[in-house]
Amino acid sequence: MTDFITLDPVVAPAPGRNEPVLEVRGLSVDFGVDKKWVPAAIGLNYEVRAGEVLAIVGESGSGKSASSMALLGLLPSNSRVTGSVKLVGQELLGTNEANIRAVRGKEVAVIFQEPMTALNPVYTVGAQIVETVRLHSEVSPDEARLRALRMLELVELPDPEKAFRSYPHQLSGGQRQRAMIAQSLSCDPKLLIADEPTTALDVTVQAEILDLMRNLRNKLDSAIVLITHDMGVVADLADRIAVMRRGVIVETGTAAQIFHNPQHEYTKALLAAVPHLGQGGSDTSGEVDVTAALAAAAHAELTSIPEEQLLRRERENAAALAAAAAAKPQGEPVLELTDVAIEYPKQGRVPAFRAVEGANLVIYPGQVVGLVGESGSGKTTIGRAAVGLLPVAAGTMKVVGQDISAAKRNGRQLHEMRRHVGMVFQDPSSSLNPRLPIGESIGEPMFLAGVAKGVELQKRIEALLDQVELPRNYRNRYPHELSGGQKQRVGIARALSLKPKLMVADEPTSALDVSVQAKVLDLFQNLQKELGFACLFVTHDLAVVDVLADRICVMQRGRIVEQGTRDQILRNPQEPYTQRLLAAVPLPDPEKQRERRELRAQLMAADPS
Amino acid sequence: MIQFILRRLLQVIPVFLGTTLLVYFMVFALPGDPIRALFGDRPPSEAVIAQLRQQYNLDEPFWVQYGLFLKNLFTFNLGVDFTGQPIADTLARVFPVTAMLAIEALIIQGVFGIAFGLVAGLRKGGIFDSSVLVLSLVVIAIPTFVLGFALQLLIGVQLGWAKPTVGSNVTWGSLILPAVVLGMVSFAYVLRLTRASVIENMNADYVRTATAKGLARRQVVTTHVLRNSLIPVITYLGASLGALMGGAIVTEAIFNVPGVGQKLYQAILRSEGPTVVAIVSVLVLVFVLANLLVDLLYAWLDPRIRYEN
Repeated sequence: MTDFITLDPVVAPAPGRNEPVLEVRGLSVDFGVDKKWVPAAIGLNYEVRAGEVLAIVGESGSGKSASSMALLGLLPSNSRVTGSVKLVGQELLGTNEANIRAVRGKEVAVIFQEPMTALNPVYTVGAQIVETVRLHSEVSPDEARLRALRMLELVELPDPEKAFRSYPHQLSGGQRQRAMIAQSLSCDPKLLIADEPTTALDVTVQAEILDLMRNLRNKLDSAIVLITHDMGVVADLADRIAVMRRGVIVETGTAAQIFHNPQHEYTKALLAAVPHLGQGGSDTSGEVDVTAALAAAAHAELTSIPEEQLLRRERENAAALAAAAAAKPQGEPVLELTDVAIEYPKQGRVPAFRAVEGANLVIYPGQVVGLVGESGSGKTTIGRAAVGLLPVAAGTMKVVGQDISAAKRNGRQLHEMRRHVGMVFQDPSSSLNPRLPIGESIGEPMFLAGVAKGVELQKRIEALLDQVELPRNYRNRYPHELSGGQKQRVGIARALSLKPKLMVADEPTSALDVSVQAKVLDLFQNLQKELGFACLFVTHDLAVVDVLADRICVMQRGRIVEQGTRDQILRNPQEPYTQRLLAAVPLPDPEKQRERRELRAQLMAADPS
Repeated sequence: MIQFILRRLLQVIPVFLGTTLLVYFMVFALPGDPIRALFGDRPPSEAVIAQLRQQYNLDEPFWVQYGLFLKNLFTFNLGVDFTGQPIADTLARVFPVTAMLAIEALIIQGVFGIAFGLVAGLRKGGIFDSSVLVLSLVVIAIPTFVLGFALQLLIGVQLGWAKPTVGSNVTWGSLILPAVVLGMVSFAYVLRLTRASVIENMNADYVRTATAKGLARRQVVTTHVLRNSLIPVITYLGASLGALMGGAIVTEAIFNVPGVGQKLYQAILRSEGPTVVAIVSVLVLVFVLANLLVDLLYAWLDPRIRYEN
């Protein structure tokens, strides 16, 4: 076996500990738009050493991705890159095409965000890794195959042989990202650029990928540049952090410095905007120590927390749970599901698919119920059925006092019912008609229902714009003229226009940046308190539910596995799945995240399913 | 997979019955008496006519005629046409000629369409791209018979690079000019389809991944972009094979190619039901099989498409 197959942690001619693998000086990126140069990154300086993780954090449009793609010349041709990028002393900018190609994939490898589209759908995973291996080293196809299998084993894929033969669409999201990582590591790169590597993944899968990356960093001694918007991910992995805003690095420092003693206003604002599991909730119950709660519920013994401290934290937690008085539900339920099963009807030769089974759920007036679960758990299905978009296959579903389980599709009954139910969708860009001014989008439900027209309608539209804190003159603007957060405000205004008794919100903030998300959630919460509508809030993000919900329902594989008040779920989760889900949410605080990680490892060891 | 192919082949039966019935009825409903028309200005005696009518079952009602036709078909006896020639012989003579023409046209439009489309897509917005786009629009806008006569006159007569007509001695070389004319419109569509598909795929994430691996642009294009871009193009090419076989009437008339189109035209003029239906039946089979082939190619090119249950 050749040297090249070895995966020993010791890389022989490794650069000295203090010598940076990557040294970036005065890096600027501009994009040519309408014959003008628009800056995406301005004068960046940073360096990364072997075995170190540098996180570049920022919101969309901050230039974090563009500047990192510029390192390898991966930007489109309408871009201009200036400055200096040195890889172990070798200048990468301005070097010729052949040189940069030799660096790409060999010295510097990239992991992209969306592994489904980042891998070529028509070739097997194995073929794509073999292609990379054979491109950079003179090996026989058999050796390359062996190497690829080793890499797939290294990234802890359960059946490397099978993964080798699989096409990307045959793997799950997490497995695809593992395959992507295997490919990027296949030539022992000195530097790994990970561009939002876990953003497209479920939280438990994200935790697994983060574990894997941490293991690999210890094993391989590569330098890693981690690009992300997620402070939890940063806290979990980063040694040093650079915070970017509008193309400029506003602050750099070690993870501890940034999290505990941020200097720049923007860093502080960004940290404050991150929803923090356990921090939300009503004024009386206070902050929840989720780690202690989980430790108590799972009877875990943690080495990273002194025993008496853990016991004290667990006691405080139990006391808070006992003190938390669940508000007595009042009035007729607004939404009531009894043993409901929901099916996607069969289409041609595709048989019907039962997405939800045996669901029981009650929402009383004024209550916010959070429905959480991972992709494919059936949470959105329940939301859709609640507004009559999917038929109920078994059980009874009552919406605003009416039993709609047997209602005809698009019948009069559903039509009537929908007047009392508002819906906010996930993607504000595609859920607003691009050819209608937003005033008309907001007014349409009222016009169709015949509640108001003419001057009266205009007044109502203005009042709704006021409620969602948008200027009245925005009425005549089109959706593309608004930012993501503003569009979602329009979506909320439209859902509110008929003064619904029930609001179904399907991941309304997951497409938004954290700081925007924080503002929209704040608005939503105020409106809910003011108008008192009941709400079914569907989301994958536990921290968001924590901020808003009175009750939480946890879904897994089409079933509601656990439900209770926010305090019951967060302070005393009983189901192993709920515990795993809570433990997988990364905390935007390196020390607390270390505790959480240990806890999660114990939970996984106790119940690896 | 086998199940899928079998299911598709079974679908041929209703399609076949439906088309033959429809065509047979249309020929049956044509005005005029085919037997009298056969003799032109010198009508024979009534006895001869009656005898001929009986020989070709023309005095039977429609359903009996159609039933007899089907019976003959399934006993592999296509009968004779009004001039006494066995129809099977006619088919065996004309179909290979048109098949040659269609395949040549298919190759021309496929090879040149994909090549030009690929280059145009890679150089989006350049001079080559712009001129090719305009030219393809011109080609689509010109009717086939105008293009046919123009090329016949220019290349065949004035420049003398190729024979202006094909005649009875059909060779691959003599069919080049008619094949170009026949494939021209589809060529423009293949080009535009390939171009759009290449542009879309060049922006795909996996292309960025391939570049980040260190592949040269040529490798990225040939191994990653091309195969993904061909998926929609193959569908179009397969569907156009049927159209080429059946749509060659004008081209065959211009270049005097003794193929299906010419024969079909003559048979329709003479209200020769059995010949028309026999030719159309074969065309239907070709069409259905070409579509089946496309579906199989599709699954081979794109592993996400599988025809299992």
